[in-house]
Amino acid sequence: MTDMQTAEMADNNSPSTESTLSEISAGDGPPKMTTRNVNVFYGEKQAIKDVSIDVNMDNVTAFIGPSGCGKSTFLRCLNRMNDTIPIAKVTGDITLEGEDIYAPQMDVVQLRARVGMVFQKPNPFPKSIYDNIAYGPKIHGLATGKEELDQIVENSLQRAGLWGEVKDRLQDSGTALSGGQQQRLCIARAIAVDPEVILMDEPCSALDPIATAKIEELIHEIRGKYAIVIVTHNMQQAARVSQRTAFFHLGTLVEYGVTSDIFTNPVQDKTRDYITGRYG
Amino acid sequence: MNNVATTSGVRRPTDWQSDAMQKRIAKRYAAERRFKALGLTAIVLSAGFLAFLLLVMMGNGLRGFTQTELPLEIDFPAMTGGASASQYEGPDADAKLRALGLQDIVNTSIELQYGDEGTELFSGGAWRAVSNAILDDPALLEQTATLSLPVESELDVAYKGDGNPEAERKVEELSDQLGTGFNWNFLGNSDATDPMQVGIWGALKGSLITMFVTLALAFPIGVLAALYLEEYAPKNRYTDMIEVSINNLAAVPSIIFGLLGLAVFLNLFGLPRSAALVGGLTLALMTMPVIVISGRNAVKAVPPSIREAALGVGASPIQVVFHHVLPLALPGILTGTIIGMARALGETAPLLMIGMRAFIATPPDGVTDPATVLPVQIFLWSDEVNRGFVEKTSAAIIVLLIFLLTMNAVAIYLRNRFETRW
Repeated sequence: MTDMQTAEMADNNSPSTESTLSEISAGDGPPKMTTRNVNVFYGEKQAIKDVSIDVNMDNVTAFIGPSGCGKSTFLRCLNRMNDTIPIAKVTGDITLEGEDIYAPQMDVVQLRARVGMVFQKPNPFPKSIYDNIAYGPKIHGLATGKEELDQIVENSLQRAGLWGEVKDRLQDSGTALSGGQQQRLCIARAIAVDPEVILMDEPCSALDPIATAKIEELIHEIRGKYAIVIVTHNMQQAARVSQRTAFFHLGTLVEYGVTSDIFTNPVQDKTRDYITGRYG
Repeated sequence: MNNVATTSGVRRPTDWQSDAMQKRIAKRYAAERRFKALGLTAIVLSAGFLAFLLLVMMGNGLRGFTQTELPLEIDFPAMTGGASASQYEGPDADAKLRALGLQDIVNTSIELQYGDEGTELFSGGAWRAVSNAILDDPALLEQTATLSLPVESELDVAYKGDGNPEAERKVEELSDQLGTGFNWNFLGNSDATDPMQVGIWGALKGSLITMFVTLALAFPIGVLAALYLEEYAPKNRYTDMIEVSINNLAAVPSIIFGLLGLAVFLNLFGLPRSAALVGGLTLALMTMPVIVISGRNAVKAVPPSIREAALGVGASPIQVVFHHVLPLALPGILTGTIIGMARALGETAPLLMIGMRAFIATPPDGVTDPATVLPVQIFLWSDEVNRGFVEKTSAAIIVLLIFLLTMNAVAIYLRNRFETRW
């Protein structure tokens, strides 16, 4: 660890960086998800320090920051995927529609249906395309019959812009699709359970530029129907797809605001340094 | 080094065509050829041994499936005093034939045809062959029939070319009448004292029942244990200890499991001795660690991204395991199960400990009936003094191998089916 980083860490612990409410607000309308003073520990190591962010329905929120800054960790707090790591401990308040998602009476399974997730590497189930989409609705009992299920599958694939490409081979294996198609299949799979929030953890990092463009287009199209949070280390992508951007560094939230402001007129020096490519 | 270093310290261009280089290349090629040749030799050697083993066994064993026969003419109407065929039909015909004195009828017929010492030529079970023939076709009772009946064991061995001088002399005398027939008794009977009457069916059935008990216990328990340990159990000292114990169990000599079965199942629980149930339980104990270990590896090999994907759409932990992890791990689990079951099928020592080496003359009808299994039967027959048992032992080995191959083929078929479906 360089001296500069050590100095920064010391700086982060000082009270002067504590966010004010105006800085964490998501924009117009009531927030879909709120987080207040979230800390995440992996055993002794603190991965997230005192982060507060609001996410709302109309905006795509992007988390940017250098590798290891905790943006994926924070994202995984929003649907409690961190529960699967035994040593991870989360403190602070995270709410979905005003409900505390870490409350004991919160059902994690239902939470994950309401807050869907798309992962870094496309991970379709090794089943048919149809079964990939139909799996979520089936286990949650969202369809009463075969016809309704067919309808859900078709709608989800259409929303994900994949219907035209796969409608004649719904029984083919999902893993036989190209990388970009697989990722759109995963988005369709997330959409199929009718979530309120969709979390995307670097959804394009394993894809070529054309597939990436398609995913970004797709994000534009579904924006407003779902609250979308996307983690990316591609700053151009954050600038293209998001309306709000949060910049993380070494586990702290350095700056959160309207994307155009973050990229053209950042308040914090660290943000400017990162955006202009001085480090990261 | 001498072709790179120079006095001035400047690196000279490498001479890829130099003699040293050419030598190095030749050496590399030679090493690769040597390695290939060694590998090929190993394969050819092992294939050769296998072929030799199979050929020898087939040569000996196939004779065990045949029997030497002598024709016998029986004048049924005269002998039985005019018994009608219709009387000897139905389920209790066997007992009625006994009551009729069929054994005496056969013996009298033999003496008529082959002289006073004729009965010594035939197997003690010859009259049963007659009985079976009548049960198949009662109309025989109303005519004079000529039946091919099994000869006595020493004669059988001599006819097949391995007998003592006295038996060989008899064979020469009768050479124009002796013939060979397929030994159906061998497939249908159980153990007996006369090698002409022994059969493999009792042991085969015992093996089937034992394997069924083993599989029914070891597979579900082993798979569930593997899933629990991999997916649910916290990683701490206790689970580490369990893991070490399971690994050790897989390496415990099988006879120890036999002692355990003797002490626990027979003495403590008082289960019946020699029963397929106890054999199955004991072998299940032995097979389970193998299934757990292979199962854990198979579960571990399922990519975490699949688990995340399922959790991400809101599958509960149990749904993740049973909808995604288990189906993907099943081929690997089945591979381990094949290995474990194959080992259990060939196991003799632990079964000797729990009394499955008894002389079992009737095939078991259930899990608690006294039974024996194929490897134990082979062991018992190989111990017999009577020369007739030599070929029976080989024949039993062939049956065991066919059983093993069938079992593996089924398991491999199942494995491939699961693999293609996913």
